[in-house]
Amino acid sequence: MSSAAIGLTAGAGPVLRLRRSTAHLRALVRRGLLQIKADPNSLFDVVLAPVIYTVLFVYVFGGAISSSRAEYVQYVMPGLMAMVAINVAMTAGVGVNSDFSTGMMDRFRTLPISRFSVLAAQVLVEAGRMAVTMAVLLGMGFALGLRVPGGALGLAGAAGLTMLFGMALLWVSVLLGLTLNSPQAVQGIGMVAVLPLQFGSSIFAPTGTMPGWLRAFTDVNPLSNLADACRALVNGEGAVAAPALTTVAWAAGIALVVAPLAAVRFGRGDR
Amino acid sequence: MAISVRGLVKRFGGATPVTALDGVDLTVRRGTVLGVLGPNGAGKTTLVRILSTLIRPDAGTAVVGGLDVLRDARDLRRLIGLTGQYAAVDAKLSGLENLYLIARLLDVPRRAARARAREMLERFSLTEAGNRPAGTYSGGMRRRLDLAASIVGEPAVLFLDEPTTGLDPRTRNEVWDEVRRMTGNGTTVLLTTQYMEEAERLADALAVVDRGKVIADGPVEELRARVGGSVLRVQPADPADLPAMRAVLSGAVRVAPDEAGDEGMLRIPVQGDDDLTAVVRLLGTHGFALARVDTREPTLDEVFLTLTAGAPAPEREKAMS
Repeated sequence: MSSAAIGLTAGAGPVLRLRRSTAHLRALVRRGLLQIKADPNSLFDVVLAPVIYTVLFVYVFGGAISSSRAEYVQYVMPGLMAMVAINVAMTAGVGVNSDFSTGMMDRFRTLPISRFSVLAAQVLVEAGRMAVTMAVLLGMGFALGLRVPGGALGLAGAAGLTMLFGMALLWVSVLLGLTLNSPQAVQGIGMVAVLPLQFGSSIFAPTGTMPGWLRAFTDVNPLSNLADACRALVNGEGAVAAPALTTVAWAAGIALVVAPLAAVRFGRGDR
Repeated sequence: MAISVRGLVKRFGGATPVTALDGVDLTVRRGTVLGVLGPNGAGKTTLVRILSTLIRPDAGTAVVGGLDVLRDARDLRRLIGLTGQYAAVDAKLSGLENLYLIARLLDVPRRAARARAREMLERFSLTEAGNRPAGTYSGGMRRRLDLAASIVGEPAVLFLDEPTTGLDPRTRNEVWDEVRRMTGNGTTVLLTTQYMEEAERLADALAVVDRGKVIADGPVEELRARVGGSVLRVQPADPADLPAMRAVLSGAVRVAPDEAGDEGMLRIPVQGDDDLTAVVRLLGTHGFALARVDTREPTLDEVFLTLTAGAPAPEREKAMS
């Protein structure tokens, strides 16, 4: 028996363990990036979705919803950040799911690494994709004349808040990836589940004209709060604190419930 | 002992609960190969998955390299390598990157990990394909890469779950050579297989598993002896006599089930000359006309079939009718 190997782990202090965990996480993130490099088409959705949404909402619906296109750009673009970020978030579980069907997960789970690091790496890589999709969206926004009265700080705040909420939703998708039987199911259910949240919100139109029962939903919908907060931050007017805090509370709540569930489900691994 | 298993039980829930392992005991000495032989659904994969910490047993104990699969799972993972039934490689990554990833996850420093990955590619004749995505590999190449990934960390104990299923003969031989090389370096191997030839070529000892139980185990030679010194084959002149002949003999001795290639014959494991004489005399007394009688050394196939013949599984009953 290789007692040398056991001695190595037994003697490992917290510093060494932390350094190892970081190295594991980096190796796994590197894997995720190499996967994208090997298959650049996998970035299509991330790049194209914000372009399509911008054109669709600003040019197709914008004129009908708002009196001026410039005004609608200021209204819809901050909300679209949430829209595209969440679409990326809901695909995170797909990778986790296919790792199970290819046996790759069995390999990881027989290695002396923290099992959580495999999930964390997936979440980090998806967060990177989320940042790309938001960058493309903002580029489109600026091309259409988006102004940022809220300043760089306001813009950074809006992007940060959106990322934070998106990261929480990533864990929901990861949990779906650990629970459902096929990558297609993960993607399909993830998309359908967030659809009412996306459209039953203040992202595309003010909620003032909606019937009372719908308004009751849109008011508690975290995406309305996120969109409201982003809009206020980018435009430099309107209440920020209340919707921002509600968004943070939602993000924390979702992450606190779902991430441990995902970790437990992953650790037990009978799937 | 490198592996020691006592009373291992695993049930899978669902509408119709299945007992995959029903009290398995076995031991594997350090540096030896144990072949776990059994038909589909015997519980072989479940055993490997418990020993490699992928699933938890419902009862019993399993100790690998002195470490308990439940209590010391994390440290145990440092000692083991697993090659499952599916090639567990990342299809989008190159062969080199696949091996580098595993080496890094095993705490090998960067430079050493890269060197180690190249060394493994070389050893498994994958150097040329090393920079291509593993998804472009043939089935055999992928399996070799999978095996390389399992031993990148030079595990003290290696689990191979049907490592050569679906491989062409050349790749199968390469896998066998590598297993021999590993045991030459003191690695302990537990190998599941449905192929008698594979077990015979690689294993020092065998455990024959059927429906979640070890029905026989021991050194390969000993198991052979247990089935009898030889197998007697008799062929009646008139094939219609076969059922009657089987009935007569079944009353006195054990008759092995039919097997492809031996149609129209009865196969009877015999312990020695006395048995042989008794069977021939019995056939003579009943006046069966015989077309052919011969004896030969039992193959592992027959060892296995004889050992499981006591309690026929559904598919075997079908084969007998």
